Parts: sequence; structure tokens; C-alpha cells
Amino acid sequence: MSPLALAQVLCSLPKVDNENLLVGLDTCDDAAVYKLNDSQAVILTLDFFTPVTDDPFTFGQIAAANALSDVYAMGGSPLAALNIACFPDCLSPEILRQIIRGGAEKVQEAGAIIVGGHTIADKEPKYGLSVLGLVHPEKVIANSGAKPGDCLVLTKPLGSGIINTAFKGGLVSEEAYRRCVQVMSYLNKDAGQAMLKVGVSGCTDITGFGFLGHASEMAAASSVTLEIWSDKLPVMDESLELAKMGMVPGGAYRNRDYLEGKVKWSQDIPLEIQDILCDPQTSGGLLIALPENKADRLLEELAQTNKTPYALVGRVIEQKSYLVEVK
Amino acid sequence: MIYPQIDARGRSCPEPVLMTKKALEQSPNGICVLVDNAVSRDNITRFGKNFGYQVSTELDGSDFKITLSR
Repeated sequence: MSPLALAQVLCSLPKVDNENLLVGLDTCDDAAVYKLNDSQAVILTLDFFTPVTDDPFTFGQIAAANALSDVYAMGGSPLAALNIACFPDCLSPEILRQIIRGGAEKVQEAGAIIVGGHTIADKEPKYGLSVLGLVHPEKVIANSGAKPGDCLVLTKPLGSGIINTAFKGGLVSEEAYRRCVQVMSYLNKDAGQAMLKVGVSGCTDITGFGFLGHASEMAAASSVTLEIWSDKLPVMDESLELAKMGMVPGGAYRNRDYLEGKVKWSQDIPLEIQDILCDPQTSGGLLIALPENKADRLLEELAQTNKTPYALVGRVIEQKSYLVEVK
Repeated sequence: MIYPQIDARGRSCPEPVLMTKKALEQSPNGICVLVDNAVSRDNITRFGKNFGYQVSTELDGSDFKITLSR
């Protein structure tokens, strides 16, 4: 669903006023955080989608990595998860078994457990998780914490929406697609742990609204503007070339429409870079804001543990009339 | 100049781009493509420009008629 349409639907929900709700709907954050007591808060999140790959086991892995990511983005650790699945009666249950097995493997890798779930019949398969995570109430990393002067680090390369579109059209090389699948199924666990070690100001994960969609949410929630350096972005192999060939998914255009007036583009930003920045990501990386004097330490931590390309991609500046500036 | 026309209405990306690609392999001097959505229009425009074609679009009812020519 487009960010604009979703915002219009959600604005009709009654305002929630509860002192234990540390993070709710109002800041468009990755997950809800509810404080249980002075040392414990739970993180609640739900995410599911249609297959992004032909292999059911891999699809399960990617969907689970994507759902678990919201917990890491809030600075928490996943504890338990529930499967949510839609599945057509006409397909072999073996396919669903493999999807769920892929998901379970990722949940196990995350150190959490699957404790149940719910499946309904539907025309197209869909799979994901509702995840319960734990965090100290004073150590929640919200998307609202970015401060002017902070550096911005992105922990996975961009371009999965474009690569997946090109895969459907048979235009991406096997090797580039394999790497894209690796990135999508990679947990944000190592990045999350690196960020906890170093101590950061704010974080969000990059998913369906694209890099700029989630960056603009972070900027709005933090009352700042983000300056993005387009020549520093980590991008997936072949994604720029494929964008130039018109392999841009519809979601990227919807994201771009939503960002109208929120993003200031420098004049010389090539169209394919603009496409990459609006491209909806499946199980994308973390966008982390942290004080400049900690940035090197985070990059060193990532160098040791993180298995996907990452980069320093910009900085946080005082709030302007736009949310993000792309240079 | 009248170019061969292909009808990609009712199809969603990446299919209209793939149909364009295939048609241009047959008729490298130019083609017309009919599409019924803006995403396909914009993607075919990107594709055409990337391969050095001049791209022009006109509204045809609620559809788009895209001409790629050299």
C-alpha cells in the first residue's frame, strides 16, 4: 500500500494516550514498544508479504529476516514469534512447509522461538511473522532520536526492488540475483548488536517505503533534516543499470509521489540514483543516526561482523522546509 | 514515419518493457507502444532513452501511446 494511502487510513484511528506506550503509531516507527516495568519493555511488530523469490524456503527466510528486523531497529532482541500465512488450496502443502521451515530457521538464528501462528486460504501465498522482542525502556532506539550533527550509516545495499523486478523479466544475472537474495535473507542482528555496543541516537530499517521514505519518517519524527550523499550509497550489483532499463517497480513510483515536496534533489542527481533511493526494499538494512565521534567505532564494528556492504551515507542537519536533501 | 505498434495494455511491469525490448529487436528503427498505466509509460521511457531512442508520449483516451524512434 502506498505511504500516502496508509497515512490517510491510519489517521482515523483514535489517539492512544497510555504512559506505558513508549513508541506508538504517531511517529511511524518500525514497531510498538510497551513498557512493562522499569527494566523491561516489549517490542511488538508484524510484517508479511507475497513471495519475492521462486524458492519457498528462501522466501520464508527473507520474510522472517524482514519481520525480525523491526525488533533490531528498535534496539531490542527477539524473544518469540508467531507465523502468519496465507496459502492457496490448489498448491501443495509441501510448499507452505518449506516456507515455514525457512522462517523457523531465521527465527532460530535470531535466538528466538516460534510459538504458534495462523494460516488462512487465499489466492496468493503470503508469509511473515509477528515478533515479540525485549528492550530496556531507557535503551529503546527510536526513529525520533536523530540529532543535528549526527552521522548516518546504512548497513545493507539498496536496489532489491529493482533486482526483483528484473528477475521476473529475466534480465538480471544469476550472480547479482544470488547476492541480492543473500542480502535480503541476512538478519539485521549483527548491525543491531554493533549499534548497541557503540550507542546511537536513532535508527529505522529500510523496507517498503524505500530509503527516502524511511529517511523522511526519521527526519519528521526527529524534527531534523537528513542530508544524503548520493555518491556514497551502497547499491546492489546491476541495480543502477537495470533501473536505466526500466526495471523500476510500481512501488518506487508510488514512494516518489509520496515524497513530493519532502525531498530536495540537487540538480545533477541521475534518474537511476533517484530510482534507487525510492525503490521499495525487501528486508533492507538499518539506517542509523549516531554522534560523529562514534561513527568510526560503528564502522569498525560493522567491518568485523556485518556480512553485507555498508557505508556512511550522510549527516543530520537542522530542520529545513524539506525532510531530506539528496546531494 | 509509421512504426509497428504493440499493445501492452492490461499488463504490468516488467512485461511491457520486455515486450518493448523484443519489438525493438524486430524493428530497431522505432515502434509505438500502447500502455494503460503510468508506471509502464515511465519504465518504457527509461528503457528507450537508455538505448538512444527519442521517446514521445501522447494520451490516447485513458491509455498512453509511446513512440520510440531514432
